[in-house]
Amino acid sequence: MGMTITEKILAAHSGHDEVRVGQFIMAKLDLMLGNDITAPIAIEEFGKIGAPKLADKTRVVLVADHSTPNKDIKSAEQCRLMREFSRKQGVEHFFDVGRGGVEHALLPEEGLVAPGECVIGADSHTCTYGALGAFATGVGSTDLAAAMATGDCWLRVPESIRVVYRGALKPWVGGKDLILHTIGIMGVAGATYQALEFCGETIESLPMADRLTMCNMAIEAGGKNGIIAPDAITDAYMKSVTNRRYTKLVSDASAAYVRSIEIDCSKIDLQVALPHLPENAKAVKEAGEIRIDQSVIGSCTNGRIEDLRMAAKVLKGRQVHPEVRLIVIPATQRVHLQAIKEGLGEIFITAGGAFSTPTCGPCLGGHMGVLAKGERAVATTNRNFVGRMGHPESEVYLAGPAVAAASAVLGRIATPEELS
Amino acid sequence: MSALGGRVHRYGDNVNTDVIIPARYLNTSDVKELAAHCMEDIDADFVRSVRPGDVIVGGENFGCGSSREHAPLAIKGAGVSCVIAASFARIFFRNAINVGLPVLVCPQAAAEAKSGDELSVDLTVGLIENTTQGKSYRAEPFPEFLQQIIAAGGLVEYTKRRLAAA
Repeated sequence: MGMTITEKILAAHSGHDEVRVGQFIMAKLDLMLGNDITAPIAIEEFGKIGAPKLADKTRVVLVADHSTPNKDIKSAEQCRLMREFSRKQGVEHFFDVGRGGVEHALLPEEGLVAPGECVIGADSHTCTYGALGAFATGVGSTDLAAAMATGDCWLRVPESIRVVYRGALKPWVGGKDLILHTIGIMGVAGATYQALEFCGETIESLPMADRLTMCNMAIEAGGKNGIIAPDAITDAYMKSVTNRRYTKLVSDASAAYVRSIEIDCSKIDLQVALPHLPENAKAVKEAGEIRIDQSVIGSCTNGRIEDLRMAAKVLKGRQVHPEVRLIVIPATQRVHLQAIKEGLGEIFITAGGAFSTPTCGPCLGGHMGVLAKGERAVATTNRNFVGRMGHPESEVYLAGPAVAAASAVLGRIATPEELS
Repeated sequence: MSALGGRVHRYGDNVNTDVIIPARYLNTSDVKELAAHCMEDIDADFVRSVRPGDVIVGGENFGCGSSREHAPLAIKGAGVSCVIAASFARIFFRNAINVGLPVLVCPQAAAEAKSGDELSVDLTVGLIENTTQGKSYRAEPFPEFLQQIIAAGGLVEYTKRRLAAA
């Protein structure tokens, strides 16, 4: 019997010719990641383990992105801890304010993840890198601590679910709509402990930015990882960010899947996920009149240049609704600069939007756009749990950049087609 | 310590780590501070009412969402002796194992327990007794590999031993 791409990567990283579903392995890691919320605990636990130094300082990535630029004194202390650890240990890839951005947008554009690699991150959205044909999964801080000491990590080989996408996308529809629709079908626990392998003709022609958005939210269906077979689009992307060599692994035709889901993309309209679970996805046109107070465009899910271009296309020559705050946050320094160069920043600002430096900030209700009691936001982020963006009685509606931008103009959740 | 127990704090499906410990408190990793805000967005009374040994019971997909280890740490810090659920989200599950918060998968015990019930749990055999209702249940056993981490007292100790043996 053949193997899936996930099984092949895990076998290659654990010294096995093949691995079986349910098998526990020690996987040798190509990269391990932490941020200013998860790394401080990892650093403390690393100290308790007592390893004299990092197993491999070139494979550790630490990113100050969640509460940065430091939102308060305690956050500043967390960042300082991470900064001092990085200096002391010689961490090669430490990204501070002004030199990095939101981790899962940053690592791909830095060329730090390549097809066939095995990555863990103390952040649930580490699954983003599956878009590059890598195995990438979120873990906790103690896992990161152990990995920093040993260079490996225990993993259970997951079953794989095959999600096959066919048909052409409707105008404005992108990766965010596909993944929200998929989570709507599967439910927030529909892929728990399992790999989500996205494939089919629609995926084969889907741009890398959309693929990253899709794999980013595999965790919102409970998935261990999301993954897409590397192809010519992957090669072109990798070539644009690194000249490093890599191995492209793909699933065998005879690989076993726990189940298979077929999705006709020609029927998918622009999506919105209603509070308080990402699985509450439906077509915007069926969601009814939902007034909003805030629109957030950014995050590891939809803060790439392609997302900002789409938002700018909607906002150009228009004004944000007087009762709405629009907050646009490029995910990385590179995206921010590119947005300025292309004149997107000017479009956001002249439309009446805030346009700011990279941070995870509002996505997790940290800073830069926290909601008051009873307020509603549409956001291109990834979670709409109770209190996620602020007060426990506030609400978050998840959508792609086109819907977030159109909603900002109309003051209610809307599609670009509703704009005159 | 294998026998433990206390009163049940019962929650539903998909209890996520944002409600277990909201991100606005993640600017610290001090367990006492985290514990002071545990569950506050879905149960404002939890911190006031929880007593050492109490048990959190959840439905499906307990601990979904963010990978924050602050979630099992906050629960542990609040004095909760173990979490029983119909199923766990995977990152929360491994975090709990890694930090030494006992977690048991037992759909029937989770479905039948009510807030305020007294539970007693024997971790060595996975036996859950609901003394209020006079019922007993058997939790799913841990895979052998995970038992080694649990037996070591968590991933830090397990890793220490691995490094010492290398």
